[in-house]
Amino acid sequence: MSHYEAPIREPLVLGDKSYHDITEDIAKPIEGKANKNWYVAFYISLAAMLWGFGCIFYTVGTGIGVWGLSKNIGWAWDITNFVWWVGIGHAGTLISAVLLLFRQKWRMAINRSAEAMTIFAVFQAGLFPIIHMGRPWNGYWVLPIPNQFGSLWVNFNSPLLWDVFAISTYLSVSLVFWWTGLLPDFAMIRDRAVKPFQKKIYALLSFGWSGRAKDWQRFEEVSLVLAGLATPLVLSVHTIVSMDFATSINPGWHSTIFPPYFVAGAIFSGFAMVQTLLGIMRKVTNLEDYITRIHIEYMNIVIILTGGIVAVAYATEFFIAWYTGSPYENYTYLSVGAATGPYAWAFYSLLFFNILTPQLLWFKKIRRSFIWTFIISIFINIGMWFERFDIIAIVLSKGHLPSTWWRFEPTFVDVGIFIGTIGFFFVLFLLYARTFPVIAQAEVKTILKSSGEFYKNRRDQGIPTKPVIKVAAAEGESDKLDKE
Amino acid sequence: MESSKVIHAFYNDDEVLMDAVKAVKAEHHHIEEVFCPFPVHGLDKAMGLAPTKLAITAFFYGITGLSVAIWMTNYMMIQDWPQDIGGKPSFSWLENMPAFVPIMFELTVFFAAHLMVITFYMRSRIWPFKNAENPDPRTTDDHFLMEIPVNNNEEELTVLLSKTGAVEINVVDKH
Repeated sequence: MSHYEAPIREPLVLGDKSYHDITEDIAKPIEGKANKNWYVAFYISLAAMLWGFGCIFYTVGTGIGVWGLSKNIGWAWDITNFVWWVGIGHAGTLISAVLLLFRQKWRMAINRSAEAMTIFAVFQAGLFPIIHMGRPWNGYWVLPIPNQFGSLWVNFNSPLLWDVFAISTYLSVSLVFWWTGLLPDFAMIRDRAVKPFQKKIYALLSFGWSGRAKDWQRFEEVSLVLAGLATPLVLSVHTIVSMDFATSINPGWHSTIFPPYFVAGAIFSGFAMVQTLLGIMRKVTNLEDYITRIHIEYMNIVIILTGGIVAVAYATEFFIAWYTGSPYENYTYLSVGAATGPYAWAFYSLLFFNILTPQLLWFKKIRRSFIWTFIISIFINIGMWFERFDIIAIVLSKGHLPSTWWRFEPTFVDVGIFIGTIGFFFVLFLLYARTFPVIAQAEVKTILKSSGEFYKNRRDQGIPTKPVIKVAAAEGESDKLDKE
Repeated sequence: MESSKVIHAFYNDDEVLMDAVKAVKAEHHHIEEVFCPFPVHGLDKAMGLAPTKLAITAFFYGITGLSVAIWMTNYMMIQDWPQDIGGKPSFSWLENMPAFVPIMFELTVFFAAHLMVITFYMRSRIWPFKNAENPDPRTTDDHFLMEIPVNNNEEELTVLLSKTGAVEINVVDKH
């Protein structure tokens, strides 16, 4: 039987669905009108975004001095936010690429939105280094082109330049992966659109996808190869982000465990953000039959795993700091630091949000509860922000010489830009949720017979998934054929 | 010149379609095209389509990207303007290579992914402003459409297709 799946596995598509029902359910949020909650959320996000843009213009017009930086703390909130957003942008490609390689069927319902989230989060991340340049119109200087005085090129030894290459590759490859997957779904919307304008738009977006057998063969091959390419790419991006710190000689930063620890942290925070967004989206778009309890539970299991790795990494860092006997390391980790210095509150928030709360997910009841998942996911988002803040601001605030000590205090501009990116992110996500097929419907249709509740129940009763052929097209022949 | 008439047979189930394709092939009829709303595993083999070579092209595109990265880092950092950065002078590419590994990796992926996808779009003729060519809008929803050219065997094909469980059979003139 081609559509067999072990009965012990929980169904991934609930209810008595046919292929056409999937089409209807996924097209509904696009074809219907937005409700009041959507508009409320949209306008709040838009206001936050505009406020953030105002702060960006103020920064660029006046100078980076409007931030709470000093000569000792040359980057703080901006780079914290950058790393936070890049980390969030890790779950999407992980879900679509790594889980594809592992043949995890549950990824089908969530990969589209997770990838959208990835792309929107990387947009936000990319803003920060560009604003931090102070003169963003010179941003093209990071490209491998000679400078205007001669042929001095970019420095390929610098992790900051590796970042430019890693993040632009990641963003563009994720975008292409996402869009290729969207083509059949845009085509589905195009073919059912009634309004001429809507039909035109979706015809343009779908690139004229026709769904030939050959196209599908290539589509599947391309998806598989892209997944194979994107898997090491995901891991490389946060590895390289961590090298921004790890290749420096600052105590607290030059740590060889940063790459794996940052990658685990990124997946941890990325999945938390997916939980936050999907927890809301499944309700407002009525897609509860597709994004089910089991999807939430699987993601929570990934969160426990990566959260565990992060917790072990924290412990390792402290142990190694003590074990090296290096006074600087010792000082950074064990004296000021973190636990007793002026930023102790940030350190304890980190421990609470990132290490303690996720442990609740060991309980099956909590892991399968939508509301608990939602709350814990918000906590993790906060905790992971503090992790980056701790690494960056605390380490920089106490340099080798006491004369360089400085306490970082964010200004309203720092805060404003951060809030602005959150607003921008939600503006993009809300627009996406109204105009894009938020679930990869073509892919969900391929698992309907193996993992749909209706077909699973039928199979348990011994009814095959293949319908009995009823011949209606040729008159006169039908009686004979029915008996076969 | 062959007749431009074709038969469009509609199916509404992937397993029925697979059996139908096998039955039609067994009778030695040529299947011009099958339009599907989602990928049906094994359909390409049943139709006798050759395997796609896109993965192989991706490999060569990746090699190209890697070569570009090696050439670029060597030209910019070693040949054109060597610099002594942090007491680590740029005497030879090989000695500096470890610092270029991230760039080499990223460009390999960049070239392989983008050029493969562009090749896919060109080969399958999908790009912005391209008009869709599926003959019936239902083929992106829940119907599968098998297109078979007619060579004065309309009756025979109709009987065969209805036996295989087609839910609708139309004979149409293809322009």
